[in-house]
Amino acid sequence: MLSTMKLPSHITEKKLKSLYKEMWLIRYFDEKVDQFFAKGMIHGTTHLCVGQEASASGSVGVLQAKDKIISTHRGHGHCIAKEGDVNKMMAELFGRVTGYCKGKGGSMHIADVEKGNLGANGIVGGGIPLAVGAALTSKMKNQGYVVLCFFGDGASNEGSFHEALNLAAIWDLPVVFICENNQYGMSGPVKEMTRIENIAERANAYGIPGKVVDGNDMIEIMNTVHEAVEKAREGNGPALIEMKTYRWKGHSKSDAKKYRTREEEIEWRKKDGIKRFKDLLIEEKILSEDEANKLQEEAKKEIEEAVKFAENSPEPPLESLLEDVYA
Amino acid sequence: MTEIKTREITFLEAVREAMSQEMRQNEDVFILGEDIGVYGGAFGVTRGMIEEFGPERVRNTPISEAAIAGGAVGAALTGMRPILELQFSDFITIAMDQLVNQAAKTRYMFGGKGKVPMVVRTPAGSGTGAAAQHSQSLEAWMAHIPGLKVVQPSNAYDAKGLLKAAMDDDNPVIFYEHKLLYRTQCDVPEEQYSIPLGKADIKREGKDVTIVATAIMVHKALEAATELEKEGIDVEIIDPRTIVPLDEEAIIESVKKTGRLIVVHEAVKRGGFGGEIASMIAESEAFDYLDSPIKRLGGLAVPIPYNPTLEKAVIPQVPDIIEAVKETVRFK
Repeated sequence: MLSTMKLPSHITEKKLKSLYKEMWLIRYFDEKVDQFFAKGMIHGTTHLCVGQEASASGSVGVLQAKDKIISTHRGHGHCIAKEGDVNKMMAELFGRVTGYCKGKGGSMHIADVEKGNLGANGIVGGGIPLAVGAALTSKMKNQGYVVLCFFGDGASNEGSFHEALNLAAIWDLPVVFICENNQYGMSGPVKEMTRIENIAERANAYGIPGKVVDGNDMIEIMNTVHEAVEKAREGNGPALIEMKTYRWKGHSKSDAKKYRTREEEIEWRKKDGIKRFKDLLIEEKILSEDEANKLQEEAKKEIEEAVKFAENSPEPPLESLLEDVYA
Repeated sequence: MTEIKTREITFLEAVREAMSQEMRQNEDVFILGEDIGVYGGAFGVTRGMIEEFGPERVRNTPISEAAIAGGAVGAALTGMRPILELQFSDFITIAMDQLVNQAAKTRYMFGGKGKVPMVVRTPAGSGTGAAAQHSQSLEAWMAHIPGLKVVQPSNAYDAKGLLKAAMDDDNPVIFYEHKLLYRTQCDVPEEQYSIPLGKADIKREGKDVTIVATAIMVHKALEAATELEKEGIDVEIIDPRTIVPLDEEAIIESVKKTGRLIVVHEAVKRGGFGGEIASMIAESEAFDYLDSPIKRLGGLAVPIPYNPTLEKAVIPQVPDIIEAVKETVRFK
């Protein structure tokens, strides 16, 4: 089934096409990063979101420009979805001065404050209270923006998740919590680490709506997130949306994936959100096969350009080492 | 010159006044914390503020230190200037990720984009019989983290001026309020004023020995100095007021003058900030001027006990300071 829902009326065809291309941007970006890590061309570590493109593109795709996001350690997709610059992202992974963080942050700390991306976060669950604070600003200053707060199934067992949801709920803050349940917190299966079937059930404990969506169904994601975001914007408080999804790659570069089976991986690959979105757009006659291929090719080229940009960028000067510790 | 109107108020009133005056003129400043509403805060610092500023700007929070600390960081990052009251400084432990991994590092990690202008006000220290989990002095932890600033005022005048500077600062500032200082009084100007962070104050001028003391230890050192004066020993007392940034120059200059250094703080001596000050002097030009070994006085390495006699015995008292000064001066 391509989707359980109808195409959202609030999204233009142009936007749907650009989201399709964006999903490829995300996939190509992370596949490229994966290759570079394997070759030892990038150091440190990274967390890839291949297979989870829909939850990033579908969720962020329904936001307004003034809305904000908080991302996670697996944050490349969120950044690209929030109009992130793939050149600056790739340059950051290469540790170059032209990167988002001038080469000082790396994969886990990419932020684009001007575009409303308040940052990836290296601490599991660490960003959830920040989202609540950003939503508090929106409310106190009457700025009308909503914060989309991403985190994983693992983070839902952190105290910060529970404290933050409660705080956002009692203050009716404009924040929507997006749990990307990719089935594993590093190697820990969600079924072993959590007693309940759906993490979204935890919303009940805080008196806010909770919904489970197919995390590879763009249409269901867009419709559900849009509804929650607009309710939050109107002052009706937060919601928790759980996206059931799967990361095709390991947790990080050290992962031998001993905790899951090849069969399980193949099953999830069949649910590929990009392919389903493409088939749907073709079925709805929004895209032709040729157009789809063209968009995919464009995305691939942009990532190749990003690699060139990164490779040709200078290293940060040693004199910059102590800059920006304090404002 | 216009005359500066002053009156005697307590440390606690000075802190409240600094916040209230700032909140009257800056809409972005607000305070959040546990029981800070009609209760007025565990120590009464925010008493009356919710009546003046309302529950939107004096935000009573659930008992969720991680969420309220992180909430303050997120609000600061998006344009507010929050003041977080952490009910006891011991509770920094439960807000640690948000202060250490988020607030302190955000700007650097983001390559200089974004700033986190927030103040964490928090009561510290022993002497109230609150025992091991409500009496610690953990400022050295915070001083160890690049990206944070750490303030330890010792009187009402300094508290008001330093808090103004902390609220104006674009970085996260940890502002320690020693519980036993809350009721102490001194002359404080009615109008707003700012004391720059990183500027030490010579609380007593002297020529024989330098004591660097923080927070409540400034008062104990002053008492000791009065006693020692009777015996002809002239003590200089430097109050750094902020340990990050630290006014190294003021300490170096004083030690060059006196040739002797004693560092006194309430925090546990082992790993305490006194070691940093002693090392800084040992590495500086002032080392050549030293006529005796540097002495450090600090808390014993035990949890703070409940019994009042034991509680006092944990931290340096006036006789300990007198004894240390005499030993230092006698050293040949």
